[in-house]
Amino acid sequence: MSFLEYAPAPESTSILKLQKSYGLFINGEWVDGGDKSYTTISPSTEKPIAEIAHASAKDVDRAVSAARAAYDTVWSRMSGADRGKYLFRIARLIQERARELAVAETLDNGKPIRETRDVDIPLVAAWFFHYAGWADKLEWAGLGPNPKALGVAGQIIPWNFPLLMLAWKVAPALAAGNTVVLKPAETTPLTALLFADICQQAGLPDGVVNIIPGRGEVAGQALVEHPGVNKIAFTGSTAVGRSIARTIAGTEKKLTLELGGKGANIVFEDAAVDEAVEGIVRGIFFNQGHVCCAGSRLLVQENVHDEIVEKLTRRLGTLRLGDPLDKNTDIGAINSKEQLDRITALANTGESEGAERWTLDCEIPTNGFWFRPTVFTNVATSNTIAREEIFGPVLSVLTFRTAEEAITKANNTPYGLSAGIWTQNASRMLRVADELRAGVIWANTFNQFDPTSPFGGYKESGYGREGGRHGLTAYLSNGDAR
Amino acid sequence: MSNSESDLARRAARLYYDDNKTQDEIGEILDITRWKVGRLLSLARESGIVSISISETATPSERATTGIIPTPRSVANGVTDAASLRGFLTNLPSVDAIGLEARAATLATRSIKNESKRAALDTIIRLVDLTTLEGADTPGKVKSLVAKALVPDASDPTTPRVAAVCVYPDMVEHAVRALGTSIGDGETGISVASVATAFPSGRSSIDIKLADTRFAVDQGATEIDMVIDRGAFLSGDLETVFNQIVLVREACNRADGSHAHLKVILETGELRTYDNIKRASWLAILAGADFIKTSTGKVQPAATLPTTVLMLEVVRDWFHLTGERIGVKPAGGIRQSKDAIRYLVAVAEVAGEEWLTPHLFRFGASSLLNDVLLQRQKMTTGRYSGPDYVTVD
Repeated sequence: MSFLEYAPAPESTSILKLQKSYGLFINGEWVDGGDKSYTTISPSTEKPIAEIAHASAKDVDRAVSAARAAYDTVWSRMSGADRGKYLFRIARLIQERARELAVAETLDNGKPIRETRDVDIPLVAAWFFHYAGWADKLEWAGLGPNPKALGVAGQIIPWNFPLLMLAWKVAPALAAGNTVVLKPAETTPLTALLFADICQQAGLPDGVVNIIPGRGEVAGQALVEHPGVNKIAFTGSTAVGRSIARTIAGTEKKLTLELGGKGANIVFEDAAVDEAVEGIVRGIFFNQGHVCCAGSRLLVQENVHDEIVEKLTRRLGTLRLGDPLDKNTDIGAINSKEQLDRITALANTGESEGAERWTLDCEIPTNGFWFRPTVFTNVATSNTIAREEIFGPVLSVLTFRTAEEAITKANNTPYGLSAGIWTQNASRMLRVADELRAGVIWANTFNQFDPTSPFGGYKESGYGREGGRHGLTAYLSNGDAR
Repeated sequence: MSNSESDLARRAARLYYDDNKTQDEIGEILDITRWKVGRLLSLARESGIVSISISETATPSERATTGIIPTPRSVANGVTDAASLRGFLTNLPSVDAIGLEARAATLATRSIKNESKRAALDTIIRLVDLTTLEGADTPGKVKSLVAKALVPDASDPTTPRVAAVCVYPDMVEHAVRALGTSIGDGETGISVASVATAFPSGRSSIDIKLADTRFAVDQGATEIDMVIDRGAFLSGDLETVFNQIVLVREACNRADGSHAHLKVILETGELRTYDNIKRASWLAILAGADFIKTSTGKVQPAATLPTTVLMLEVVRDWFHLTGERIGVKPAGGIRQSKDAIRYLVAVAEVAGEEWLTPHLFRFGASSLLNDVLLQRQKMTTGRYSGPDYVTVD
């Protein structure tokens, strides 16, 4: 038997006590939804997980009213130190229930348990711990001596990092003294609903956090339009972001948008080659490439192109695609049929436009949604796959000759979310970083996240920052200026 | 020439050539005239009592200090002199420590269960160089070590043998004798590895290092674990490091044309940086190493997973460059099955499964074997036993 045929090592799902159906979590209670319910499935097997109630416009109104009442009567009157206690309690509960949350996320999203266990859930806890610490220190957030909460925050999150995106939104909002109405993505509501349970367990006052699964065009639209909402925070596609911006234009609502990206990962000739290859893999194949800040455009200095591509494809040969619950799986399932179709179509366009396609030779399960890791070489800057966000495990490789060319090509995109620089020359690293127009720039690493660091984009990648001290400003106003 | 005269000539020759006495001093010692001493020395040369030979080729110590001694591997890669050696090594892409350690940490999360674990445990045993390197080693201790190497677990005859025993040079004869017909190359039988070259510090003359190596080979060692001159490496004297490996490799040659396999110990704990370790790995391979080995076990840190991953990357790159496979041996500090399994994962995923053979991968370890045996027993019986259910050697 081949050593590399690792015996199955599935994470047990017994820790996860699922209900047959889940309602909406409004004002500390589970209630039925007015829109037609939806069955969330596991994208790796297409098996149903649970029946999920969907919120109607009326439900959204109830949720916003509950959040408003909680804000007026409890949360806005509570001291920062006391709000911090709740957040610390939530953070600890997340750590205690980490395995359960990891299993739920993997089941519902399709991403490997190795990532939910080692990346998603630890970061979720870290985010709550970080912002718990800020709750009683808002006067030092750089917004003047007496910053004020905005009120009710409406938050709409995507399916790629369901619980992590919840944490990015809920933790700073609560720390800053806002109450929230959060709509998880249609395909991945499960961990947000478990989070509602954690809020109950933490004794969080009713109505401070409301979770309302639902369709974007119904619940999402109603939340964005609701006059009782003071702030909208959205992470998702640029198209939806644009429509949200149009909807709230001319209102008092504050807005942060974290949208798409087409991140450039720039590898110079003097890079630490083996680590750069690891970084390329992490940049585009982490979370099946369902990452807005993915390094989907690889810019390689021409004189090391062949060596890098050879090492990269050889390294990709060791990736293990399959059951996301298996602890040895590197590449899980694509989140939905819809996304799979989109990735497939874009990859086919890449081929028809003349790029050279390399696909990992691996078996894919019969059920579920799967896409083999794919690398395109000989990609021209004008090709669709070099311009559009694919949001899947597809890498486009382009070349450059000089640092100036690399900077120009990296910046030549309507997006501006992330970039990576690989070089052992520190002065070049700093100079190139200075010239790149992207919100997050990683040097000699990629896709690293930390609650202390702000995150956000330029241009069509959105505006506003999440994370760190900057992340608080999205949920606070300068009290004196009002 | 009478017997008494040739005796006298021999004594005079000793004093003159061995003890560097002048003819006057010899005359005084032997109570004869200086002229008589001169005649006796001529007589000694003419009669063959003294033979003088002048070497046409450079002595080892001369060869080790004038440029580099090119090897077929180095020449094929354009390394023919000190400058090209330096150029080759400094042009290697550098190593990003954080990235390398992250890669190793990710490899360490692989979950090896059930039949995979069972197979992994047996593989580990087959790859162990069972080692004793103590000042207190005795023939009895070595004999006991060999017995354990042959039958690691008497309670379970399906237990495989280890690859080799590893001892000091003066213990080689005892290991060879104790093995008898069971001696082999690691796969055909148990190999006898000997450390040599003024192990562990390597701080002696090249002549002594070569004599140490030849002694071990003559005693029957089938593998030599040499140490590089870390002082020379750190001071930038790459030629000395290179040449010493070349000469020790020559000293591994046997009369029949075969050679004792050469493992080159880099002592990564003293080289400190990953860049140094990478360069030393390439240098050792270019100079003729059959294996590159992390550590002596006498310096901390000894083997670490990131260091081993780095060395596996080097042998993988060498293979893609030349088609030739070089072995890797992490040594020191690997005590538990769990850790050893992580190394197997690194070998398979970084270099390739082909490396999981005694010819290409070894664990230098002493206490690891017992932990593997305990894990093995647990898998067979379903119960954990305890340290008294495996033997202390």
